[in-house]
Amino acid sequence: MKTIQQALLLALCICVSGCSPVAPWQRGTLAKPQMALESYPLQSTFNAHIYGSREAATGSSAAGGGGCGCY
Amino acid sequence: MLALTQIPTVFAAEVGSKAPDCELSSINDKQRYNLQQFHGKVLYVDFWSSWCPPCAKSFPFMNELDRDLKDSGLQVIAINLDQTHEDAKTFLAKYPANFTVAADENEKCARDFDVKAMPSSYLIDRNGVIRHIHLGFREGAAEELRLVAGQLLAEKPEPK
Repeated sequence: MKTIQQALLLALCICVSGCSPVAPWQRGTLAKPQMALESYPLQSTFNAHIYGSREAATGSSAAGGGGCGCY
Repeated sequence: MLALTQIPTVFAAEVGSKAPDCELSSINDKQRYNLQQFHGKVLYVDFWSSWCPPCAKSFPFMNELDRDLKDSGLQVIAINLDQTHEDAKTFLAKYPANFTVAADENEKCARDFDVKAMPSSYLIDRNGVIRHIHLGFREGAAEELRLVAGQLLAEKPEPK
């Protein structure tokens, strides 16, 4: 039992040490284009628009207008 | 452990407080700077990095500011926070700087100033008091910063 507790404590310590604040000036790596959630923001907006219009779902993906794809 | 990593900065750099002193080094040579040596001048301290697009936008503005207000007693000092000097040098080759550029090697200066965004600019008056903090660099920032710099330059330093 004690061993399990110790192991859990160790695991917790290891996990918690991963949480450290990243200073604004240390975000160089995060600022790289390959770290972006959307690699091609324009392309994804366009795709979302086409998707919304083809699905005829008003307001889907935050695009205005109805199913005609025009707005 | 969490508590240990988040010890608050002892020195809070905010508008109205005394600017912390910083030990800085040059990117190109062995020259060293500290903010104390510019005492009596109005200081424009800018924290930047090569990976930060608004920083690149602010460089032409800082060149103009330096050109126009240098003679009135303004000192522009851009503090680089890149991890390698090479990145900073590549950036400077692309966006030349005619003002003082220095590196903050151990990040102590950035910590003391409690830099919250990239870029961050601090305007420090002739008495060494932080008077204006500007985060980021967007449209309209140039006019605002120039205005404040002009106001600070017009002030007379307090006699010691």
